[in-house]
Amino acid sequence: MATKKFMYLNRKASYGTAYAIESLEVVLIAAAFEQDVSLAFIDDGVYQIVEGQNTDGIGMKNFSKTFHALGDYDINKLYVSAESLEERGLTADDLMPLVYEDEDDDWEEKPSVKVVSNAELTEIMSEQDVCLSF
Amino acid sequence: MLHTVNKSSFERNSLQSCLNTIDNTSVILLIEDGVISAANNANSPMLADLASQGRVYALKGDVDARGISSKVADNIQLVDYAGFVDLVVEHGTPVSWV
Repeated sequence: MATKKFMYLNRKASYGTAYAIESLEVVLIAAAFEQDVSLAFIDDGVYQIVEGQNTDGIGMKNFSKTFHALGDYDINKLYVSAESLEERGLTADDLMPLVYEDEDDDWEEKPSVKVVSNAELTEIMSEQDVCLSF
Repeated sequence: MLHTVNKSSFERNSLQSCLNTIDNTSVILLIEDGVISAANNANSPMLADLASQGRVYALKGDVDARGISSKVADNIQLVDYAGFVDLVVEHGTPVSWV
């Protein structure tokens, strides 16, 4: 099967709407079809991968843990908008330490999350075959 | 009067519309994605002003779910669902800014 480059644009925080979890479901489906998958977190989407989410008080599933599994599906390109972080008073240190094991480098653990400027994101988006917005 | 806001101020103008129209005895409870504004009240001088008067609350469960409890301004009071009920009892039927 031909491989395409898919980018998933995540623009909403988790739990308030279903966009975040629906995106994650579709990401995992694309991974099952062995596509080249990237994720971008912009606007309130950056909250999806903030460290320390605890949903005990709202009776919803804390699906932020699923992001840790993405590395095992060869999804290791997670781009976060630097501008969106800054607007919200967040830094890279507030994000979950998501990693993958690099099979080309003796399975060394490497970070999956990369903070990029909007200009860099523009460039990454232009390289995609398909961009899906959530 | 009690006003609830459930949208992020980065996404919608619900909070601003609320702030533009409330009277000077009303209180605001931020819920669902509205709690994102509690973590960033520096961006809204009007909300910060209300918070300094003790008139802004945020639902703790929603704050914790988003992992932003350390970012919430000190003068925004966190309440649980029982606290939500207490606010309704004290201030009457809420106006919901969706």
